[in-house]
Amino acid sequence: MTSINLTSPQPEALNAAEDVQGRSLWQDALRRLLANRAALVSLIILVVVGLACFIAPSFLPWTYEQIDWDRMEANPPSLETGHYLGTDTLGRDLLARVLFGGQISLTVGILATFVALLIGVSVGAVAGFLGGRVDQALMRFVDFMYTVPLTFFVIILMVLFGRNFILMFLAIGCIEWLTMARIVRGQTLTLKNKEFIEAARAAGGSTFSIIARHIIPNVLGVVIVYVTLTIPQVILIESFLSFLGLGIQEPMTSWGMLISEGAAEMETTPRALLVPAGLMTLTLFCFNFLGDGLRDALDPKDR
Amino acid sequence: MLSFIARRVLIAIPTLWAIITVCFFLMRLAPGGPFDGDAPVPPEILANLRAAYNLDKPVMVQYVDYMANLARGDFGPSFKYKDFTVNELIAQGFPVSAQNGLSALILAIIIGIPCGILAALRQNSVADYTVMGFSMTGIVVPGFVMAPVLILIFSIGLKDTPFQLPAGTWEGGAFKHRILPVFCLSLLYIAYLARITRASMIEALRQNYVRTARAKGLPFHQVVVRHALKTAMIPVVTFLGPGIAFLLTGSMVIETIFQLPGIGRYFVQGALNRDYTLVMGVTILSASLIITMNIIVDVMYGILDPRVRHD
Amino acid sequence: MSILDIRNLNVRFATQDGEVSAVNDVSLSLTKGECLGIVGESGSGKSQTFMAAMGLLAANGRPTGEILFDGKNMIGADEDTLNSVRGDRMSMIFQDPMTSLTPHMKIGRQLGEVLIRHRNVSADEARAQSLAMLKRVQIPEAERRLDMYPHELSGGLRQRVMIAMALMCSPELIIADEPTTALDVTVQAQILDILRDVKDRLNTAVILITHDLGVIAGLADRVAVMYAGRIVEVGDVRSIFADPRHPYTRGLLACTPRLDAAGDGLMTTISGQPPNLQKLPTGCSFHPRCSYVVERCKAERPALESIAAGRAKACFVDVRAT
Ligand SMILES: Nc1ncnc2c1ncn2[C@@H]1O[C@H](COP(=O)(O)OP(=O)(O)OP(=O)(O)O)[C@@H](O)[C@H]1O
Ligand code: SF4
Ligand SMILES: [Mg+2]
Repeated sequence: MTSINLTSPQPEALNAAEDVQGRSLWQDALRRLLANRAALVSLIILVVVGLACFIAPSFLPWTYEQIDWDRMEANPPSLETGHYLGTDTLGRDLLARVLFGGQISLTVGILATFVALLIGVSVGAVAGFLGGRVDQALMRFVDFMYTVPLTFFVIILMVLFGRNFILMFLAIGCIEWLTMARIVRGQTLTLKNKEFIEAARAAGGSTFSIIARHIIPNVLGVVIVYVTLTIPQVILIESFLSFLGLGIQEPMTSWGMLISEGAAEMETTPRALLVPAGLMTLTLFCFNFLGDGLRDALDPKDR
Repeated sequence: MLSFIARRVLIAIPTLWAIITVCFFLMRLAPGGPFDGDAPVPPEILANLRAAYNLDKPVMVQYVDYMANLARGDFGPSFKYKDFTVNELIAQGFPVSAQNGLSALILAIIIGIPCGILAALRQNSVADYTVMGFSMTGIVVPGFVMAPVLILIFSIGLKDTPFQLPAGTWEGGAFKHRILPVFCLSLLYIAYLARITRASMIEALRQNYVRTARAKGLPFHQVVVRHALKTAMIPVVTFLGPGIAFLLTGSMVIETIFQLPGIGRYFVQGALNRDYTLVMGVTILSASLIITMNIIVDVMYGILDPRVRHD
Repeated sequence: MSILDIRNLNVRFATQDGEVSAVNDVSLSLTKGECLGIVGESGSGKSQTFMAAMGLLAANGRPTGEILFDGKNMIGADEDTLNSVRGDRMSMIFQDPMTSLTPHMKIGRQLGEVLIRHRNVSADEARAQSLAMLKRVQIPEAERRLDMYPHELSGGLRQRVMIAMALMCSPELIIADEPTTALDVTVQAQILDILRDVKDRLNTAVILITHDLGVIAGLADRVAVMYAGRIVEVGDVRSIFADPRHPYTRGLLACTPRLDAAGDGLMTTISGQPPNLQKLPTGCSFHPRCSYVVERCKAERPALESIAAGRAKACFVDVRAT
């Protein structure tokens, strides 16, 4: 009949998530994660895609920017020519380009997420831990940032200061830290009054050391989940910018640029669109499944 | 309630001012200008142009002038579309974007929310997995992939069949020309709405008061509609607030791909051409919409949950 | 004729970390107009036993055995059958009044809803009867409360609203799950008076779940003591209080505060951890904490056996002899 999930008072044993003796918590989480097939498969695919993007290009017969002067038009896939997935209209190897583009997209994704992590965790932990005026001021600022149409600003920045790799992940990172800060602040608030924090304070720990030793390790779980879900978000923004012609500059490339190039020639060579789009989509899928799996593993609700 | 809204509007003014100011100085202080295009312009013409657009004055003076005009609702002349003011461009583009956005919004609501509820009620069933699978697809497949693929299928693949849909043409907004762009626009929102609704509905159904309602012997659909739905809508409203603002101001990607004359495309063109006033105009419009929607969301919270007080 | 007859009830919850055995082989019966007290520490399965009877287990919970309400099995009954009984002939007052009322609905509507569902009355009639019921559970300014939202009422008042809601259709059985916990002492006494009044006047059978033996003593005819999802001792109130035969019951009684005092200082004298329901100890579940434990307790599980007229316990040792 109707199946609904209606949970009565949570079992004590399962509420152990807030236990400081983290070892068994992490082991439990790992076990649950490994039991989650979608997440596990996603993790494996991500590792494979990552290795392929970063290592395989050096073993391919063609590099991403090398033009095959004998075949300066779109070529079909062929083992003989060494273009395993064919070439684009300029005669550049599609496989090499897709893998190299992945390298750039993944790098931007990870670096920008790292920037977001750094800002978000510091702001969140400081706001939550110090409370009072500092908290209010920081959170007001976060609220303010939420009302700014940030993609517009990134676009303006990219136009004005040139299409610069470093600027790009810094700018994206500066958008994505907001949610991280809110989440970490919330967690810190609930941790703040726990006994072990009081004990550390009584023992004369400085604010900085308490945040670094006790708060941050305890919010790690949520942070990991959020990081996993932010990386695909960033890859999307990067590819969006690239698509509008505001991302990475030629001869470098990224998934977004490849998709945009491929879309232009899709009537003749749909391959040029479908290959980068497919690989990017697969990667984004996997990050999302992995993120969901991690969330379930770290915060089990009976389902 | 009225005083709550008044207070929020008052807070919104400095917020908007800060956004405008940052945006203004960002653009004026950056290297390069609107008139250094591909072909170099002779210096005397450039000087004339700069004078015509007030760009020869000190930045502070330009700023004060701009703000004074803005206070009168005047966004100034466009730097690139020489014969138009920004007000005129927005008046042309906004209705197009807003109409498409609104259609996409309605589509997203009538598909996304019911699908999310269904998935929540049949948790872990085939229906649930199907809805969640589509929803995840909608979230990870970006518009600029979805749109070309749909064009590939419906405009190119189905060419010369009755099912062919036009793409890249607008024809003053004839129905057939809107189908693909509106559908592409709504996909992301359908996906998010289904996902958010499902999660919040599951959460609402776990609440103790839903158990009380079931204990009264109420039929299940009444339990859902009367007791669970309102609470479940809170995260949905939170998402939809800024979501509506973004939808109404048009999607840069979709409008670029389908070549729709909306303000999303104007913004991209404006940014690429350093059309300062146009970019400012669209940014201000978008920020005001986001702020307005957020105020509406806060008012909605009070309606959905009487515990939220507005005083 | 028993109104409720539970036979060999088991409740298992499937969780990511394995199965939780919340209720194990519980059998109970209750005649019309009788009041049965259920005691046991937190997590002993008191609530879940009766959630199963109401058909309100969480989706991951699976009941097996039989729960006969007036002869009809509630386990496996379809939603329509359950709905025709719930709120009408059998109703439940839930543990947590603060979260058990719908926050966005006025009290009057939440009460009236029950009558409209089961008695098919008009909205006006439902409102009038709701008002009468609020007065009966001694809610001051009842008229005004009808148009209030739950968050505008205190905990004690919300608990009374819950009771009123359970009484709307004059059920034959009321399950009161810790109706007085978290309320202050004077309010506790008033709530118990209301329940006693209902039981005496309407001949309603009452199941009273509580941590607090004092509450049981004042109201129940019989008591069942639960530990780790099992009934370990059952009997009439007087003799169990005078002469507890199970080590766990003895522990409970030894640390019960006086009748007039509040609180549940229960666990202060029973040492050790409550059992892990995913991995119950072998033999008698209580053996790791029992001070009478003998070798046999670790290997074999004591059955619930009759020890005198109307009394039974599940323990190998005669605690009087030691
Ligand atoms: N949905 C669920 N999933 C897993 N375990 C559950 C679920 N619901 C209840 N339990 C477990 O079943 C056991 C019995 O719960 P029950 O609510 O019956 O305890 P109780 O005796 O009423 O305790 P309390 O006095 O705290 O109300 C508990 O250990 C609880 O953790
Ligand atoms: S059976 Fe043994 S362990 Fe269990 S209660 Fe009796 S004496 Fe204690
Ligand atoms: Mg309970």
